[in-house]
Amino acid sequence: MAEGQVIDGIYFNEVIEDAGLDEGTKKLTPEKIERVINDVLKGETGARLKTYVDTCIHCGLCSNACHYYLSRDKDPTYSPAGKVKQTMWEMIKKKGRVSPTFMKRASQIASTQCCVCMRCAMYCPFGIDIAYIMSVVRRICHLLGITPLYIQDTAHSHAVTMNQMWVKNDEWPDTLQWQEDEAREEIPTTRIPLEKEGADIMYSVIGPEPKFLAQLLYQAAIIFEVAGLSWTMPATPGWDNSDMAMYTMDSEIMGRVKRVHFETARRLRVKKIVMGECGHAFRSVYDRGNRWLGWKMHPFYIEHAIEFYYNLLKSGKIKIAKKYEEPVTLHDPCNVMRGRGLYEMARYVVSEMCADFRDMQPNREHNYCCCAGGGVINCGPPYKMTRMLGNRVKAEQIAATGAKVVIAPCHNCHSGLEDIVSHYKLGTHVKFISDILYEVMEKPGAV
Amino acid sequence: MHGLYNFVRGPLAWVAFILFFGGILYRLISMLLGARKKDGVVFDYFSLYYGLRSIFHWIIPFANRNSRQRPIFTIVTFAFHICLLAVPILLLAHIILWDESFNISWWNLPDSIADIMAIIVVACCGYFLWRRLTQPEVKFVTFASDYVILAIVAAPFITGFLAYHQWFGYKFMLILHMLSGEVMLAAIPFTRLGHMFYSPFTRAYMGSEFGSVRHAKDW
Ligand code: SF4
Ligand code: SF4
Repeated sequence: MAEGQVIDGIYFNEVIEDAGLDEGTKKLTPEKIERVINDVLKGETGARLKTYVDTCIHCGLCSNACHYYLSRDKDPTYSPAGKVKQTMWEMIKKKGRVSPTFMKRASQIASTQCCVCMRCAMYCPFGIDIAYIMSVVRRICHLLGITPLYIQDTAHSHAVTMNQMWVKNDEWPDTLQWQEDEAREEIPTTRIPLEKEGADIMYSVIGPEPKFLAQLLYQAAIIFEVAGLSWTMPATPGWDNSDMAMYTMDSEIMGRVKRVHFETARRLRVKKIVMGECGHAFRSVYDRGNRWLGWKMHPFYIEHAIEFYYNLLKSGKIKIAKKYEEPVTLHDPCNVMRGRGLYEMARYVVSEMCADFRDMQPNREHNYCCCAGGGVINCGPPYKMTRMLGNRVKAEQIAATGAKVVIAPCHNCHSGLEDIVSHYKLGTHVKFISDILYEVMEKPGAV
Repeated sequence: MHGLYNFVRGPLAWVAFILFFGGILYRLISMLLGARKKDGVVFDYFSLYYGLRSIFHWIIPFANRNSRQRPIFTIVTFAFHICLLAVPILLLAHIILWDESFNISWWNLPDSIADIMAIIVVACCGYFLWRRLTQPEVKFVTFASDYVILAIVAAPFITGFLAYHQWFGYKFMLILHMLSGEVMLAAIPFTRLGHMFYSPFTRAYMGSEFGSVRHAKDW
């Protein structure tokens, strides 16, 4: 990654090779750009975008919300309003008559230099939603075929397989059976009930769990077993709740993926969907997919793992045998904190499990984003340094707690923080809540 | 000069007020109709309670984290907005005009206080100008039009102050003052000064999303 260059009259604060953007840009013509921008501005957006753009007083007060801006020594090209200036303001001002290189830069900004974390909406006095504006830019880029390569591949996987990781239909139940077998060696009565119609809970996870993190399925099975819950997982597509199409703004695919997920829960006649520790998946199920499908709220209760564990601990269905000793801190994932207000529940869970909990500053809904979210980590290796240099503040936040373990109840945050922790040599481990819960809980029936 | 004075005070003032009220009405109605057409979500998730909750946290100084992080800016911007609204409405000379024209009047600020408040407005404009010129994150998002807007806001207060103190020819200053005031009124609905009437809506919408869907605070 090279820094700071002007290419075809457009300033790139980072110069990165990405086949999706490089090749896609070659195919653009000014006519196509103009048509697509105006189609989106006139056909898909309306008063909300216009009001945001007209109301913004160009005051820059949103700047210190953004981890990119703060971590990049207050370089204004990373400030929230600065990103709008380099993208949407210009598109509107020029009525869509912008160059292919401009669009390439716009895609870089919207897809890799904004995590659509919505922290800036809490710092703009008018509540202008810059994440929404960046999503509109992503939508335009999607329709123009200039989305970063890796995340586009993930969106293709969703379109073809209805899961994020090209997991084949037989691999999924195989993996569950394998994890069930393993879990039965610990607690012989453990089951992972597949396709159990009328169960109370459908448990859904993201594609990477069966692909690389199968132990999380094992841990979940043990937790469900000990808590004595009526639950099931689907054997069909619909088991994956993740959604990168949401972040590429391929809304049509997002809608299809979410519909399959909801319809699967419907078919199994469950009362609620419990989702594993993932933030973006929660956003897609709780806040976005439903809207695309035309529902204000859902026909079933949507419960994130944090709330699920909270209820299990509160009701005593899960008991703690011995608290975790090492000092821990908690990373508040945007999509379930700013997105669902689960911060007090998360703190209850962590304090129940751990003897030495140290909060980061700032925290709760004001916590800094992990810089992996919003699909940025899914844009792949070309952007690793974008994330590392773009989130020094997170490293400082973690280091200041002196904790040995960062608990990150979100997959994107978890992977992003592992990179941060190793890049800044913090010597900290990153864990899911379930990693610790599984370790410290009472397990009656274990052999 | 007298003919010009009468024109500025009479017909031009009418035009300015019609543009101001008519413009605001027009912008608000087209915003709401436009939102009905393409952004139904704004109405679906709107909540009066959470909308007001958010507005309160943003119209009270230091009630939100960003304003606590920038104490100087917060003091300046609140002083600016309070004086900006209070002086034109509560100035005795303005009230007398209302009384002469429409036979209505209300409580007025003592002139000496109004005078200081006008200076505060101008000084705050100076601060905003300084920010735009020197602070990289503000400079980067500043357009030429932002300076024009700042000048439009400062002008009625500068000319009003000069007219009150009868410097540089009273009548001439008075005409300039009325003219600049009319320009400002007419500009509000059609420039970014429109944040005056848009912001309660954007804030309330964000407050509603945060309160009723996200169950989180937005301040
Ligand atoms: S990364 Fe977050 S704070 Fe920064 S501009 Fe995007 S939404 Fe705003
Ligand atoms: S988005 Fe809000 S805080 Fe940022 S420059 Fe615009 S008005 Fe100011």
